[in-house]
Amino acid sequence: MKKIRIGSGAGYAGDRIEPAMELIQKGDLDYIIFECLAERTIALAQQEKMKNPDKGYNHLLKYRMDKVLSLCVENNVTLITNMGAANPLAAAKVIKHLAEEKGISNLKIAAVSGDDVYLNIGNYMDCTIIETGASLKELKSSIISANAYIGISGIVTALREGADIVITGRVSDPSLVVAPLKHEFNWQDTDYELLGKGTAAGHLLECAAQVTGGYFADPGYKDVPDLWNVGYPIAEVQENGDFFLTKLEDSGGMITTATVKEQVVYEIHDPARYLTPDVIADFSQIEVIEKETNQVHINGVSGKEKSGYYKTSIGYLDGYIVEAEISYGGSGCLGRSRLAEEVVRHRLIQANIEIQEMRIDHIGSNSLYGSSISAPLYDRERLSEVRLRVAARTADKGAAYVIGQEVEALYTNGPAGGGGVRVSVQEVVSVASILIPSEDITINVTYEEVDKIETQASHSL
Amino acid sequence: MKLKQVTHSRSGDKGNISNVSVIVYRMEDFEKVKKQVTAEKVKDYFHEIVKGDVVRYELPKIGALNFVMQNALGGGVTKSLTLDRHGKSLSSALMDMEIDMEVDVNNSNY
Repeated sequence: MKKIRIGSGAGYAGDRIEPAMELIQKGDLDYIIFECLAERTIALAQQEKMKNPDKGYNHLLKYRMDKVLSLCVENNVTLITNMGAANPLAAAKVIKHLAEEKGISNLKIAAVSGDDVYLNIGNYMDCTIIETGASLKELKSSIISANAYIGISGIVTALREGADIVITGRVSDPSLVVAPLKHEFNWQDTDYELLGKGTAAGHLLECAAQVTGGYFADPGYKDVPDLWNVGYPIAEVQENGDFFLTKLEDSGGMITTATVKEQVVYEIHDPARYLTPDVIADFSQIEVIEKETNQVHINGVSGKEKSGYYKTSIGYLDGYIVEAEISYGGSGCLGRSRLAEEVVRHRLIQANIEIQEMRIDHIGSNSLYGSSISAPLYDRERLSEVRLRVAARTADKGAAYVIGQEVEALYTNGPAGGGGVRVSVQEVVSVASILIPSEDITINVTYEEVDKIETQASHSL
Repeated sequence: MKLKQVTHSRSGDKGNISNVSVIVYRMEDFEKVKKQVTAEKVKDYFHEIVKGDVVRYELPKIGALNFVMQNALGGGVTKSLTLDRHGKSLSSALMDMEIDMEVDVNNSNY
């Protein structure tokens, strides 16, 4: 039976590149995917594109491609990535120029677009925001981006047309994996069980090291060999959708039933209804079986017909967040940090600025869990240092800076021995989601070719 | 004993929703864990952090529970004022929950 090997080269926008290089060289791969687009990343990229129409793709695109392009060509590995972010067309051109610089010939790069619905966002003002239940109208003037989570169709078209590299903007993460499987095995749009299995493979690959021992190690409980050198995963998938996960033998990390189980449940809600634009995958009866060391087989996944709607992420400007910190050390440090909190709270009332929300933590005692969970876990008399953290959201940038100044003023106007003030003020880009009908989206695939006849053909699906 | 002695866990985020898994190391512990680590108990445990409902899903063949916690991330990853905006560290907190592995799972009065 035909088998396809797909490697994962990145699990987030800033991920490491060395494990991807190893995989391309030694993984006997057919494909490698780079998943680099978090919920908010595309809104930030859209802001960059507004300032410069040639930008708006992943910051590490050129760095990564410089490291892997030749390796992909030499090893005949097709690369699929959402590093196009807000501007897949510009990203494809960057890759083309890089290939030319490197003297690589006979390369076809496909840019998949159509996820960007910002220009039509006016049509959706009556839509309900999934997270808040409010109408999208409420955000109207602050909206800076709108991108639908599209599915596999654009990538499948690109592969059918012989693309060596496929670069997309917002697509559903597992689609990066389902698309080459559908293309290679000629799965149909209604092969829900197969698409469900492929989605499971995509779900398990998309966070790269998180299935090979990253985000897992806990010394004494869950030990991971050579975490520093953790390798990225490979899925070997058969035509019937059965697959196993493995990694390079000489890389660090591990693939065990435990690492795979944690990643199965990672960021899913109802396991019987894992929603993607391609299929509703059902993980509720999933089984994981270790057949050899670092080889875990996945069974029991199925699928149902998709919903007909695309989840669409709306990025909008949402004021400012200030974070300001100062440290206290030695015995009584928590007491001094608490006194500093009291001082800052009074002074901010005196400053009479508008604050939407404020939160003050004592890092070292309660910043992650609040007091009811934290208190039994530490001895307040034995803390050797505490860091006061004041975080606030304001509509006005000036107000955010006032808060930072009040924390800095603790140097000379606060408790004894406060040191190490750091202040940051950042503009907030928030994300809201709506559902839009899939027929509203037109997916386009555009090609850039190196040392082939220069065409800019466009296929509407 | 602590939940950490018999299970492992990972947390993830989607908007303002956190999900935390509880996965048994040994399948024979699943019923005991299931009996004790209820959605209500998890909601109560995280009462300072989780402001919305907690729903528990089961993946029985891998011995996993999935707790989906609404309004759990201080408004969501993009606008949250919490230090750990993604709630990555919530799994470690849940692993410190006390559990009684001597409990009789057949006793319906538990």
